[in-house]
Amino acid sequence: MKNIVKALLGSAAIAMMAAPASAATLDDVKAKGHVQCGVNTGLIGFSAPDDQGNWKGLDVDFCRAVAAAIFDDPEAVEFTPLSAKDRFTALQSGEVDVLSRNTTWTISRDTALGLNFAGVTYYDGQGFMINAKKLEGINSALQLSGAAVCVQAGTTTELNLADYFKANNMEYSPVVFEKFEEVNAAYDAGRCDVYTTDQSGLYAVRLNLTNPDDHIVLPEIISKEPLGPAVRHGDDQWLDIVKWVYYALVNAEELGISQANLEEKMNSDNPEVRRLLGTEEGSKLGTDLGLTNDFAVRAIKHVGNYGEIFERNVGAESPLKISRGINALWTKGGLQYGMPIR
Amino acid sequence: MATPQSTVEGAAPRVPLFYDPRVRGIAYQVLVFAGLIALIYWIIGNTTANLQRANIASGFDFLQGRAGFDIGDSLVEFSSDSTYGRALFVGFLNTLRVAIVGIITATIIGFIIGIGRLSKNWLINRICLVYVEVFRNIPPLLVIFFWYFGVLSVLPLPRESIDLPFGSYLNSRGLYFPRFLWGEGAWLVLVGLVLGIVFTFFVRRWAHRRQMATGEQFPVFWTSVALIGGLPLLAFVVTGLPLSFEFPELSTFNLRGGIQVRPEFLALYLALSFYTAAFIAEIVRAGVLGVSHGQSEAAQALGLRSSQSMRLVIIPQALRIIIPPLTSQYLNLTKNSSLAVAIGYPDLVATGGTTLNQTGQAIEVVAIWLVVYLGLSLGTAGLMNWYNARMALVER
Repeated sequence: MKNIVKALLGSAAIAMMAAPASAATLDDVKAKGHVQCGVNTGLIGFSAPDDQGNWKGLDVDFCRAVAAAIFDDPEAVEFTPLSAKDRFTALQSGEVDVLSRNTTWTISRDTALGLNFAGVTYYDGQGFMINAKKLEGINSALQLSGAAVCVQAGTTTELNLADYFKANNMEYSPVVFEKFEEVNAAYDAGRCDVYTTDQSGLYAVRLNLTNPDDHIVLPEIISKEPLGPAVRHGDDQWLDIVKWVYYALVNAEELGISQANLEEKMNSDNPEVRRLLGTEEGSKLGTDLGLTNDFAVRAIKHVGNYGEIFERNVGAESPLKISRGINALWTKGGLQYGMPIR
Repeated sequence: MATPQSTVEGAAPRVPLFYDPRVRGIAYQVLVFAGLIALIYWIIGNTTANLQRANIASGFDFLQGRAGFDIGDSLVEFSSDSTYGRALFVGFLNTLRVAIVGIITATIIGFIIGIGRLSKNWLINRICLVYVEVFRNIPPLLVIFFWYFGVLSVLPLPRESIDLPFGSYLNSRGLYFPRFLWGEGAWLVLVGLVLGIVFTFFVRRWAHRRQMATGEQFPVFWTSVALIGGLPLLAFVVTGLPLSFEFPELSTFNLRGGIQVRPEFLALYLALSFYTAAFIAEIVRAGVLGVSHGQSEAAQALGLRSSQSMRLVIIPQALRIIIPPLTSQYLNLTKNSSLAVAIGYPDLVATGGTTLNQTGQAIEVVAIWLVVYLGLSLGTAGLMNWYNARMALVER
């Protein structure tokens, strides 16, 4: 019922939107004084409220970086927790300004859904988790024929799952829930044998299970899941802002600029550093974007560079302890590559 | 406007057109109607413009696209290669299934509890009262959660299934029955069943007519049981017991074979039945109490036993009071079935929601939801109105 209402409201919002209102998202955002950011309802490491009710995570920090770049205040952001099913309607209808909710970049989402992805903040892939104690002797996803598989509705995960089992001529019985928490609870209660989602998600879920050590993540990765922030079609300036805040964070890591040494780097002679931090004489890079020239400084000052955000939320400094892997900088054999700021 | 012409021939005083209540009434209605049309026009125009501006595809073509996802619980064949349209159809059938069996069960429980509320036996009376008060005052979603998380999910895992009679099993993955595999000649059993029902129909008519004419009674009930049960059984024996069973068996993960009733369906079905039954019980009680006391006294005076007077005198009259509010309970149950989404039962809202998400066609999918639920409700209401008209007091 609640979902019908939500979807109804979403469609009603699409139907009722006054046409010119959403032309310049930046003006709207400035007028209301905060960025409205769509996040996951609770995925540790990406977006979840901590015990004091503060939103934490990689996706959350990215929104804070955008807010900081605009307002010089990482708190000038409000979060809308969205289920996988509601997220696109929320973005399309203007309920949120940016969707930073471990969302996979695909062609149909770019075209038919009218989204623009600003970049890839986390390269992921779909995996499987099982309870090794109850299912001894299973160490490959290819042994899963006949299993009941818990999966979240309306995700690329659900589609990859169907493709993988079909391609390998295996049967399975899907157990589909709409909310992430419901899938977790069902898996923990033994309603299904296998849990499937993005691998980073599996590690996060495992932390919250009754006996985390009983569960293993199987080695197979069955899909490409480039996760990143998305905005609506129709506002190139806003897309540019979100996109270049992301690249600024990656470039900052490439240039070795961190929260700690930011002050010192402000006086750097390196022209690349000066361009990024807006200290170059007569630079219009930031103002052309619609922001100030020190937008990158603001973002880095408050949330740190890409590497810092990663380590703090999902990497070595977090309970998840995920290694950088393919999310390392391109100079270190990964895929994170900051487009040149000039 | 300047020249009033609406005077009735002859006597009526000349009033300006604007003050003529009839003209005024029509004018207001025309205005409201025009306003409504303008609003609808504006909404449609605005929606189209917004969708185009946001580059969102629209139209119902997406229904022919490959769904790509699987549905766990389906009455018709469905795979990831089927279309979105078929996914919605599967969801529709699932909604229909839970609504129909839910309505039947809720009616049965509701009648039992409702009559029980009127019992002179203190204990029965109180138990039924507690039942009604408990279920009527809990939101249906909580009742669903109670059944799903409270009852069904604490059942043992497949390897420690609870053994039930006749090769059935109960575990946290659901209820498993053996599947009937009919052999050669099994169609005769079906013919026997149909014949039994047809004969019963004629026997009833004959017995009724005889009783009207002579007053003699005929044991219609037992004859019916013998016909409907006996004829298929006879056919079954004659054709040489053409029946074997496929029993559910334990495999690596789950029980395989047999028929599985998934816990999502069970939870939703039980919750909706028990919840709605509480309301139906009150309607039945009100209906029975609404029949004048003189009727039961008259039935007693005729020498009818109390069960007979209930069945032959009270209930038929109570039904006239019961049916209209019962209809809205049936509609409630059907609409509440959309709460299925909370426990992952693939009903129309769940499969539609997934479709919506994969295709992004929010407006189209919501429109389909609206039309289908509206259709279901109007259909149920139409059926019940027809039944109501049949049961209504025919005044001669």
